[in-house]
Amino acid sequence: MTPSQTSAPPALLSERIIDFTNHMRANGFTMGPQECITIAHHLSSKPLPTMQRVRLDLKTLLAGDRQEWLRFDDLFEAYWIKSGRTRASLQQKSSPHITRPERPAPLWQQHLSDNRPEGDGKTPQIEVETGEQPAGEASGRLIAAKHSVNRKTDLKNIVDPEEIRAAEALALQLARAMRYRLSRRYKTAKKGNRLDLRKTIRSALPRGGEPIELFRRSTRPRPVHIIVFLDVSGSMKHYSRFFLQFVKGLVCAWLHSDAFVFHTRLVHVTDAVRDRNSARAMTRLALMAEGFGGGTKLGECLGQFNRHYARKMANSRTVAIVLSDGYDTGAPEKLEAELARMKKHVRKLIWLNPLLGWKNYAPITAAMLAARPHIDYFAAANTLESLAALEPQLAQL
Amino acid sequence: MSVINDIGPKLAAVGYIADEPLSVALQLTVDLARPLLLEGEAGVGKTETAKALAKVLDTRLIRLQCYEGLDATSTIYEWNYQKQLLAIRAREHDRLSSSAIEKQIFSEDFLLRRPLLEAISQEKSPVLLIDEIDRADEEFEAYLLELLSDFQVSIPELGTIEATSRPYVILTSNGTRELSDALRRRCLYSYVEFPDHQREHDIVRARLPDLEANLAGEIVGFVQNLRKEDLEKKPGIAETLDWAAALVGMEVHSLLDDPDKVTSSMICLLKTESDLKSAPRELVSRLAGKAA
Repeated sequence: MTPSQTSAPPALLSERIIDFTNHMRANGFTMGPQECITIAHHLSSKPLPTMQRVRLDLKTLLAGDRQEWLRFDDLFEAYWIKSGRTRASLQQKSSPHITRPERPAPLWQQHLSDNRPEGDGKTPQIEVETGEQPAGEASGRLIAAKHSVNRKTDLKNIVDPEEIRAAEALALQLARAMRYRLSRRYKTAKKGNRLDLRKTIRSALPRGGEPIELFRRSTRPRPVHIIVFLDVSGSMKHYSRFFLQFVKGLVCAWLHSDAFVFHTRLVHVTDAVRDRNSARAMTRLALMAEGFGGGTKLGECLGQFNRHYARKMANSRTVAIVLSDGYDTGAPEKLEAELARMKKHVRKLIWLNPLLGWKNYAPITAAMLAARPHIDYFAAANTLESLAALEPQLAQL
Repeated sequence: MSVINDIGPKLAAVGYIADEPLSVALQLTVDLARPLLLEGEAGVGKTETAKALAKVLDTRLIRLQCYEGLDATSTIYEWNYQKQLLAIRAREHDRLSSSAIEKQIFSEDFLLRRPLLEAISQEKSPVLLIDEIDRADEEFEAYLLELLSDFQVSIPELGTIEATSRPYVILTSNGTRELSDALRRRCLYSYVEFPDHQREHDIVRARLPDLEANLAGEIVGFVQNLRKEDLEKKPGIAETLDWAAALVGMEVHSLLDDPDKVTSSMICLLKTESDLKSAPRELVSRLAGKAA
């Protein structure tokens, strides 16, 4: 490598390294002075080897995960060889060598009026058939809800922000109810099934080694990990708005949670929903969820989860919650097979069906019948009351 | 510090064929004495890497298998409580003050050394393999950070134990959980891919020198193509080696000879029911034909 051959003015290696560090930082790598010193030290300790070798050395030193590992080569070449693509439209940042902006321009940008803070009355809302009136500010914060408001209305009529906040509070409450009781890590506790020998012996010392006072250890409960699957197909559109609020409440309030929406395909929306600006979050989510239309392919979507996400996300503390009416255009056999596979990845499977609350409704669609044997808990969820009623049952799971 | 300059050929000499990025990563691990984090699919030979490095450096391999709930007492140290109780009893009539007894029973003699403490108190730098770090929980990662940055362990009763030699640390992860940025920053990183045709061929030849040359070629071609199929769990190098050994045992000399035998031996490569179902006799013979 001969940095002096390049036309750029900084001829000294150290300056080039600092410049390169800035270049990598601008492209999203975690680079501090420490890394910069390491590279400088490494490159100056012996005569410079071949370009290929330097590239591999720096790649090993600087990459932190697979994404960075894959991106490194392009960024390296963009800086040192200048063969990387440069974009004319790019905003100049601290380095002139940025090959891609830190964040892609969000798709939903044009759908937002501008970047004004939330709650200015123009906050975009998800379209509901009956949702003509704006729902005002949905701050996403958990505020104690007034329970007086019309609790028995079916959710398709809900447009009241108070109720939406209540939904968020409820989501948190439900998540708290489902604490998985076991973990494998022992900690000192008053009542425990194992002796804490270390503490016992220390306290026994002044008494000549007679262990009079016994200290105990036990495992502490650890929080469950919740994965929500929300059906946003046409048949669910009356309920999706409320459920989206519920999902947002859950994902924002409960650290160990992930969210997916599905119709004919599955979309991972945890990041979108976690957005602090609640209006933007909901718009992002609505945009991700809409625009595909058509029916629901339950089996296929759950299959996508099993193949691409289950291994990484699910563990022995995972509870999966499916929010769907069970109207499926795919084959019921497929759904059954995928649910069976999913059950092997997660601890509990909960299915909340809004139609179950209707009079004379029986879950007899082919899909629901196929799914039924794999579901640990099956309940109605079309009013806040019915969701709140779930708490004791969920606590028992 | 060791003075090994070109590690690649030395790895090959102990039967481990590494591609260039991996041998560079190992070289840096040795040169800079920084921990190396290896990621990649199961079965690409991450654990083998540590074993090979220990052989090259002619040193001990200390292995710590991670699991959920792993804590300091099973990884760093634990007091030998039975021995302590006995010691207290034995000195009962010596009229020692309790603080004197305490000093005695909380000394190095009563300490049980677990892998991490063991690794930093060796004469010669060992290779410390922390396997499947993603299976341990976040709390354990925090313990590990102290060890990896300072190479010392603090024991409240004894004080701080400094490393007598710095171990070469290799961490492996299968990506079942996102590791913390703090841990990633302290480590060198390398992503291990499935080997390409040539390298896998070299590995098979190195590990199974008795295998017929044409069969080895067919086996590698077959497995390479099989990985391109839509499988739940792609076969790793260990599977390829198992399968090759199985075929030799079944006296198969070419994959085209006996499709039934080859199909029934697929259990060495495919480890889930649905994968086995998705590789019927037709697919096996098609892939065999391609490979030959």
